[in-house]
Amino acid sequence: MSDGKLSLPVLGEVDRRTALKAGAATLGVAAWAAAIKPWFEWTANLSVDELLQKHYRELSPEQKQEVFRRLEEDARQEYGAEVDIADPLPLPGVQYAYALNLSICIGCRKCAEACHVENNHDRPTNQSYIRVFEMDKGGIDFAKGTADYDHPVPAPDKYYMPVQCQQCENPPCVHACPVEATWAEPDGIVVVDYNWCIGCRYCEAACPYHARRFNWQKPEIPAAEVNPNQGYLSNRIRPQGVMEKCTFCLHRVREGRLPACLEACPTGARVFGNVLDPKSEIRWVLDHKRVFVLKEELGTRPRFYYFFDK
Amino acid sequence: MNTHSTTSPLHNLTTSPPHHLTSYPRFLQRALGVATDGTWVFYLWMTALTAVALVGANAWAFQVRDGMARTGMTDHVSWGLYIANFTFCVGLAAGGVMMVIPAYLYHDQEMHDVVIVGEILAIAAILMSTLSVVVDLGRPDRFWHLIPGIGRFNWPISMLTWDVIVLNGYLLINLHIVGYLMYMRYLGRKPNPRWYLPFVFLSILWAVSIHTVTAFLYCGLGGRPFWNTALLAPRFLATAFVAGPCFIILALQVIRRTTSFHVGDGPFRTLIQIIRVAMTVNLIMLGSELFTVFYTGGGHVAAAKYLYFGDHGHNGLVPWIWAATALNLLGYAAFLCPTVMRQAWVLDFGCVCCFVGIWIEKGMGLIVPGFIPSTLHEIVEYAPTLTEWKITAGIWAFGLLVFTVGLKVAIAVFTNQMTLAREDRP
Repeated sequence: MSDGKLSLPVLGEVDRRTALKAGAATLGVAAWAAAIKPWFEWTANLSVDELLQKHYRELSPEQKQEVFRRLEEDARQEYGAEVDIADPLPLPGVQYAYALNLSICIGCRKCAEACHVENNHDRPTNQSYIRVFEMDKGGIDFAKGTADYDHPVPAPDKYYMPVQCQQCENPPCVHACPVEATWAEPDGIVVVDYNWCIGCRYCEAACPYHARRFNWQKPEIPAAEVNPNQGYLSNRIRPQGVMEKCTFCLHRVREGRLPACLEACPTGARVFGNVLDPKSEIRWVLDHKRVFVLKEELGTRPRFYYFFDK
Repeated sequence: MNTHSTTSPLHNLTTSPPHHLTSYPRFLQRALGVATDGTWVFYLWMTALTAVALVGANAWAFQVRDGMARTGMTDHVSWGLYIANFTFCVGLAAGGVMMVIPAYLYHDQEMHDVVIVGEILAIAAILMSTLSVVVDLGRPDRFWHLIPGIGRFNWPISMLTWDVIVLNGYLLINLHIVGYLMYMRYLGRKPNPRWYLPFVFLSILWAVSIHTVTAFLYCGLGGRPFWNTALLAPRFLATAFVAGPCFIILALQVIRRTTSFHVGDGPFRTLIQIIRVAMTVNLIMLGSELFTVFYTGGGHVAAAKYLYFGDHGHNGLVPWIWAATALNLLGYAAFLCPTVMRQAWVLDFGCVCCFVGIWIEKGMGLIVPGFIPSTLHEIVEYAPTLTEWKITAGIWAFGLLVFTVGLKVAIAVFTNQMTLAREDRP
């Protein structure tokens, strides 16, 4: 042990070792503060209200309105866009399903593009909830398919398979989520509370259909391109670091409109509707066509069906 | 409770007998003193580790600010180096139990003398695995959503919630055991078995649970055939019981050479035997796994094929997995050599080879191919970015800081340099 003693103005006599340790500790604290400075640049944009916001399903109608107004203000400040955030609720007696006619899909990717625009996706990455695969005829083998084709369509001896969230009745993503940030709504749509998700991406690992997307950075959208008609659980501009997914455009379909991908389809390959309505077109397709679902053996029970027409 | 100290009559506290309210803070204060006091080699080591940890903290702060786009991960490969390292560190923590079992179940006295090393390793490794998950979160500010009671805890459905429980539980159990034993020794009292033995036995079961649950995170996913195998949890345990003892052997050698703490030859022999068996079991299971996927072929072989041989010109993981295979086989050969019991360099060589080999095999060789090809058979490759390497290095540096400090205090306590009896010495 050190015998050296220092005489300091305020502290009085301290041994040299203690003085050195104190000096090192001060330096260490200063170095740590400098190292994590970017963290504070980030938290500067984080309000206490946002940090302490409750789960969507625990918010009262009044609290929801407060949250929506705050998010609208955020959109104004961060994107320069005037947006309207609403929260259309699931309709009683409605169960949605989607069917896609593979015989007439031509692989034009209009659906993917419509999704990109409707859902306020990040522009630089050209994000979309739909990936269209060009498949070899003679099987449904994704190993022989590609989503990166770049030539006029339809190509000979190929068929096209758009894949988006299958809105499973037994959704592996929902089971995986450790914080209940994602769940199936009563009408069958699997949603994410973007303000509750912690961004662990376990759901993305669990999904067998590559349906989930992560916001690897803050989405970039020019103000003029922002779709102002937004749903809290669907197409509002997502925060950085959270998961997102196809919601069958719930902000549209719960108000009686059709999903953007269906409206954009030039061939009429897409059929959407309420399976509980015996007169709906989707019900007719499910009753009369030999439909199948992707990866049926996994027991996920998709609400998204495919069929060949001829 | 009896607070009389029978072995430290010389202490000069003003209040006698000492009460825990005064002696426990004193213990912590002394521990802090011991932890920050040492030779210049010690200071150099701690400064270097702090510097690396700082680099990691800085890289993480940038990642939080700018987004996970700073990593090499994508929507196709959505977990990478962080989760790979997490998996390995959980194994490292579980590996500490390979000292506890001989010490407490088989009453191996020499192992009992050094078992604290395994328990401190468990603490450090659990902290490393927790940090590896925290840095993987897109929204670390929402970490509280995971806390039962104030967040929404999707238990028992989500396997991740099980992992949160078992990892934190294992941390608390080991903190209690290590803290209690050191404090009693500091007081100069004989530890009361009722206060730690039940926890020791619990920790043995719990060690198995942490790595089993971590394997269940992956093998429970039906959409990922590469992970969806019942052999995953047993393989995790087997590799943990290699990697953990390898690290402990290296640590014990350093302790033996640099401190007055007595480390007998017995623990080395026991740990070498454990590694021999565990590595044999691991290699058998690995061979069985590889036979099953490659002979069956079809869709399930795609990830293994990509991992070992590349696929359509994509071969990012091929060098990794063959490096791991070579290291594991070399290390295994070293451990099978009879000279491993006598020659320190053979032992060190074997430990380093197996440790690094398993880090690769269980990390980059297991997590990443789960995503390649993707669930829709797209091949998007992954390589960690500098940000990920910095953060991972920072986590290791932090873990080694915790391990070093823990050992420093434990050795001071167990060599009677830090006791209440010598309270008057600064």
